Amino acid sequence: MLIDFLFELRKKRLPVSTHEWMALMEAMALGLHESSLDGFYHLCRTICIKDIAHYDAYDEAFLAYFKDVHTDALSLTEQLRAWLADPRNLEGLTDEQRQALQDLDLEKLRELFEQRLKEQKERHDGGNRWIGTGGTSPFGNSGKNPTGMRVGGGGSRSAMAVADERRFKEYRRDVVLDVRQIDVALRGLRRLGREGAEEELDLDETVDKTCRNAGDIDIVFRPPRRNRVKVVLLMDVGGSMDPHSELMSRLFTAASRSGRFAKFRSYYFHNCIYNTIYEDAQFRKGLPVADLLSNSDRDEKLVIVGDALMHPAELLDPGGSMYLYAQNRASGIEWLRRLSAHFRSAAWLNPEPERFWSGTTIEVIASVFGMWPLTLDGLAQSVRYLVRGGERPKVGDPSKWMKAVAG
Amino acid sequence: MSDVFDQFQGTDSYIASDELRHAVNVAVALARPLLVRGEPGTGKTLLAENLARSLGLPLIRWHVKSTTKARDGLYVYDTVARLHDSRFNSGDVRDIAKYIKLGPLGQALDADSRVVLLIDEIDKADIEFPNDLLLEIDAMRFWIDETGREVVAKQRPVVIITSNNEKELPDAFLRRCVFHYIQFPTRELMAEIVRVHHPDITDRVLDNALEMFFGLRATPKLRKKPSTSELIDWICALKKAGVDLSRVSGGIPFLGTLLKTEQDVELVGKRAKA
Repeated sequence: MLIDFLFELRKKRLPVSTHEWMALMEAMALGLHESSLDGFYHLCRTICIKDIAHYDAYDEAFLAYFKDVHTDALSLTEQLRAWLADPRNLEGLTDEQRQALQDLDLEKLRELFEQRLKEQKERHDGGNRWIGTGGTSPFGNSGKNPTGMRVGGGGSRSAMAVADERRFKEYRRDVVLDVRQIDVALRGLRRLGREGAEEELDLDETVDKTCRNAGDIDIVFRPPRRNRVKVVLLMDVGGSMDPHSELMSRLFTAASRSGRFAKFRSYYFHNCIYNTIYEDAQFRKGLPVADLLSNSDRDEKLVIVGDALMHPAELLDPGGSMYLYAQNRASGIEWLRRLSAHFRSAAWLNPEPERFWSGTTIEVIASVFGMWPLTLDGLAQSVRYLVRGGERPKVGDPSKWMKAVAG
Repeated sequence: MSDVFDQFQGTDSYIASDELRHAVNVAVALARPLLVRGEPGTGKTLLAENLARSLGLPLIRWHVKSTTKARDGLYVYDTVARLHDSRFNSGDVRDIAKYIKLGPLGQALDADSRVVLLIDEIDKADIEFPNDLLLEIDAMRFWIDETGREVVAKQRPVVIITSNNEKELPDAFLRRCVFHYIQFPTRELMAEIVRVHHPDITDRVLDNALEMFFGLRATPKLRKKPSTSELIDWICALKKAGVDLSRVSGGIPFLGTLLKTEQDVELVGKRAKA
């Protein structure tokens, strides 16, 4: 019967394998779930879910699957029976209340309880209707209703409540990006090769040489394996990029970490790339794009980070730069095409959420560069693309709205 | 309830949340490695030490570094020493076993009794590192090729693996583990943890310290949030210096024990002024 729950989990794209499911069954046979839903919630999560980014989806699946289960209904009724059987509990009640107590029979009380439990969405304290604490409703904890059902309390909270809280929402892969996560994503961006100082003992070669040397030890060293990938990072700063500056600085911190790449260079631009990019974010030290092209290998990986949002004229018209002193005879898109033609692999990372991409200049630029959203998934995909090549993601066709703009 | 379960209850110097205790006991009962993740300073490494203490088993540590190879954990064949001995006739070079040194994992499998093995910060090594350990961790046995000896675990060791990273451990490896994410302690749990380390602390001091600490953690844009171990160090520093927190005005004393980057110190300084 639980097999459906496995498929519920798989439906949420959680990578739960049969291997893990068997382990869960084994654990349940050992009684590790303590025969309760709470125990099962923790046991199943411990065994099947291996990534905190998946916890939220797990909570969702758990809620969806177990929402109709009568949580501990049986033990509650027994508790209630025992409670009602204890005459001390009836002391201090008025005759009226005693009469009311007779009216409220167990079955009815339970029905009412479950119905309310379903209606009720949040924590509740005080009041006379909902399940909670300190009230006069028949259900809850530390309340004053004489016939009340005590719900939970004292111990740990129920799994449903824990799941319902969705505490792990912020860990979802598609939103958060801290330096460390970027670090990990960038780790895929590498091609190892032996270069540089010889500081590692090459055992095979040592044995070989020593034997050839008639047993006289001849120790051979070799350079350690290092990443040979070279990266050029171009970053859009200022204006519409300001809200993303924190994210950009994290990306920069991770990418510029020493020893990460064989060569790492970063430059800044504003809005769109024209004939000049800058070495500093204050745009004081310029570097002609033509120079960048001439002094970089075609094998270097070009990574551009920017929102790619601008007025179409700034992208498509010659002289489109918003700075008057910048005389550019070629249009922005032309410069982008030159960059894209020079570098064999290039990726554009866009901090703008994907749902805002359509009908903007983003679509035009995405037709020149492979574009990924600047999320952990997007970053990982773009790294894969930079290393192994493959298909670029498909982005909407800009030709429709561009005609309208031109007209 | 089987008697293998519920063995680990935390120790007098280590407070574990219910969830963590449960996860540890599941891992012990299923004889699977427990993979522990969480913010730095939430006591991942300490868990192994205290688990070993509470189960009364010896602990073998394997601290993984960026240069660690999976094979190093099993055994190292010291060829150079053997070459040296053969060159200078200083030992019996026919006995290869003499030149085989078992690594931490090898020792854990070869041990006569059950042990706790800590594989610390597994994410530090190469991306392929965990994959190279799959078979050994699964089957709990391995061959020493040079001597043709097979090392088989007499009793499956309790394996605790820690990792700081969010991701990037291979799926095949994850499948074999039991997983727990140590969440940052709540205020109540934190108070309990501090009391374990500083039993003589008064309620008022503890309250003030926690107030400042959680206030600091809530500061937006911190690069590195202070963690449990830093809080404990900080309180230690406060006690040694005899600082009364309730009388302190304008900034947090010994900020350097809590914040470790100059940007963070600057940021907090600016906010305190504003």
